[in-house]
Amino acid sequence: MWRWIKEHIVLFVGLLAMFYMLLPIAVIAIFSFNDPTGRYNFEWVGFTTQYWQDPFGITPLTDSLITSIQLAFLTSIAATALGTLIAIALVRHQFFGRRAANLLIVIPMATPEVVIGASLLSFFLTTGIFKLGFGTLLIAHIMFSISFVVIVVRSRLIGFDRRLEEAAADLGASAFTTFRKVTLPLIAPGVGSAALLSFALSIDDFVISNFNSGATVTFPLYIFGANQRGIPVEVNVIATMLFAVTVIAMLSVIIQQRRAEKMADMRPEEIANKPAVSLPM
Amino acid sequence: MNTFRQRLVPYALLGPGLIWLTIFFVIPMYYMLELSLKTGSLEAGFQMTWAFSNYTDAISQYSTQFWRAFYYAGIASFFCLLIGYPLAYAIAFKAGRWKNLMLFAVVAPFFTTYLIRTVAWKTILDDSSPVVSILKTLHIVPPDGRVLATSAAVIAGLTYNFLPFMVLPLFAALERLDRRLLEAGNDLYATSPQTFWRVTLPLTMPGIVAGVLLTFIPAAGDYVNVIFLGGTSQAMIGNVIQSKYLVVNDYPDAAALSFTLLAIILVALIIYIKFAGTSALMGEEEEAH
Repeated sequence: MWRWIKEHIVLFVGLLAMFYMLLPIAVIAIFSFNDPTGRYNFEWVGFTTQYWQDPFGITPLTDSLITSIQLAFLTSIAATALGTLIAIALVRHQFFGRRAANLLIVIPMATPEVVIGASLLSFFLTTGIFKLGFGTLLIAHIMFSISFVVIVVRSRLIGFDRRLEEAAADLGASAFTTFRKVTLPLIAPGVGSAALLSFALSIDDFVISNFNSGATVTFPLYIFGANQRGIPVEVNVIATMLFAVTVIAMLSVIIQQRRAEKMADMRPEEIANKPAVSLPM
Repeated sequence: MNTFRQRLVPYALLGPGLIWLTIFFVIPMYYMLELSLKTGSLEAGFQMTWAFSNYTDAISQYSTQFWRAFYYAGIASFFCLLIGYPLAYAIAFKAGRWKNLMLFAVVAPFFTTYLIRTVAWKTILDDSSPVVSILKTLHIVPPDGRVLATSAAVIAGLTYNFLPFMVLPLFAALERLDRRLLEAGNDLYATSPQTFWRVTLPLTMPGIVAGVLLTFIPAAGDYVNVIFLGGTSQAMIGNVIQSKYLVVNDYPDAAALSFTLLAIILVALIIYIKFAGTSALMGEEEEAH
C-alpha cells in the first residue's frame, strides 16, 4: 500500500495540478449556461441555453470580437514572416552581431507588458506620427509576437537534416527552389504553430492594448470595460467557443506534426536528432 | 563578389524583423526615458527640464507599491515552482501515453482570454461560491471574512495565470535530462530522494531559474489581478503606472516608474544571462556549429 502511494504520489499531484489548471475554464463554460438575475454573472441562478442561441446579439461585443480577429490575423501573418526570417538567419548563418541580435529578441520577452505598453504610448504620444487606434495596436502586437515566433521556428530548424538541402543543391536546384521545395515544407509545422501562437498572443493581449488602443475596442478591452457594469453572459459563450476552436486548431497541428514525424521516422538516423518538443510556449 | 553577397544574406534575413524591433521596442524606450525627465501637464505640454526629481519623488512616494509588487510576484513564483515542479516531473516521467494530453492541459488556459480566466477566479472566490464556504467550514477563512479583495486572492490569481510559464521550461529541462544519470545514481545505491536532490535538482536548475524569471517578471508588472481580485490596498506598481498613464495622464511620473521597474528587472536578467547565457531563455540548447 505504502509502496503504491509512493509510486503514484507524483502522478497524483500532477493530476491535482491539472484540475487546478482546468477549473477556471470549466467555470467559464458552466456559467455560459447561467441565467443571472442581476447584471453580475457570479452566482449560479439557473440553467438556460438562451445565451447560446444568440451569442452575437450585443453589437459592441461582436464588433470588438471582429476587431480582435482581424488584428490577430494580420499580426500572425506579419510576425510569422518577420520571425521566420530571423530564425533562419540565426540557425543557418554565422555573422557578426549575433549576440546583439539574440539580446534584441530575448529582452522584449523579459520586459513586463506594462513597460512595453507604457514605452510605446510614450513614443506614439511624443512623436505624433501615428494616431492611436487599430494601426498602433497592429504595430504593438507584431512587435511582441516576433520573439515568440523566432523561438518556435528556431527549435524546428535546429532538428533539421541539412543533408536534404545539400541533396537538392547537388541535383541542380537553385537556392530559392531548394528553399521553396525542401526547406519550407519541412519547417512548415513549426511555422504553422508559430502562426497559431502569434494569433493566440494577439487575440489574448490586454495590457499592451490597454495602453495603445485609442478608441479602438478589442475583445479583452471590451471585457475590461464591461467589468464595472457587469459582464454579459454572451462573453462566457464566446470565450467557450473561442476555446473550442483553438483546441481543435491545436489538435490538428499536433496530428499534422505526428504525421510529419512518422514520415521522418522512415530515415532511422533522423530519430536521433529530432527536436524534443516544439510546443508553442 | 559572391562571398560578399553571401555574407549579406543573414543581414537581409534579420533586417526586417530587427528593424521592427528597433523602431518599436528600442526607440520607444528612449522616448519613455526622455518623457520621464520632463515636467509639465497634459494641457500645457511637457518640457524637458532634466527633472531627475521625477525618479526620486516617484520611487519614494510609491515604494510601498514597488515592494508589494516584488513581494506578491516572489510568493506567486514560489507557489508556481511548488506546484509546477511535481506537475512537470509527472508529465516528463510518469505520464506515459498521457504526456501530450497533460502538456495540453498546461497550455489550455492560454486558449481562454487572460481577462476571462481572471474573471473566472473572481467567480470561484466570490463570497457566495462553494469554494469560499468550504474554506469557512474549515476555518481557514473566518465566518464573516471574504477571500476577494485580499492579498491571498491576488497572489492566487497571479500564481494561476503564470503557472504555465513555470511548467514549460521545467518540463523542457526534465525531458532533456539524461536518464542514464538517474540509473547511475540508483546503481550506486542512492535512494530516490538522494538521486532527486543530488542529480535531478541540480541538473534542472537552469529550468528552475528560467521558470522563476518567466513567472516573476510578468507577475511583478501585472495590474489585472489586482483590478479583478484585489482592492486599492493591494495595489501593485503596475496599477500605479496604468492609472498614471491612462487615468490621470501624469506621463513623466508614470514613465519614471516604468523605467525604474524595467531597470530593476534588467539588472536581474543581466545577472542571469551572465551565469546561464541566452540559451535557456530561448528554450533551446546552444546549437552546434
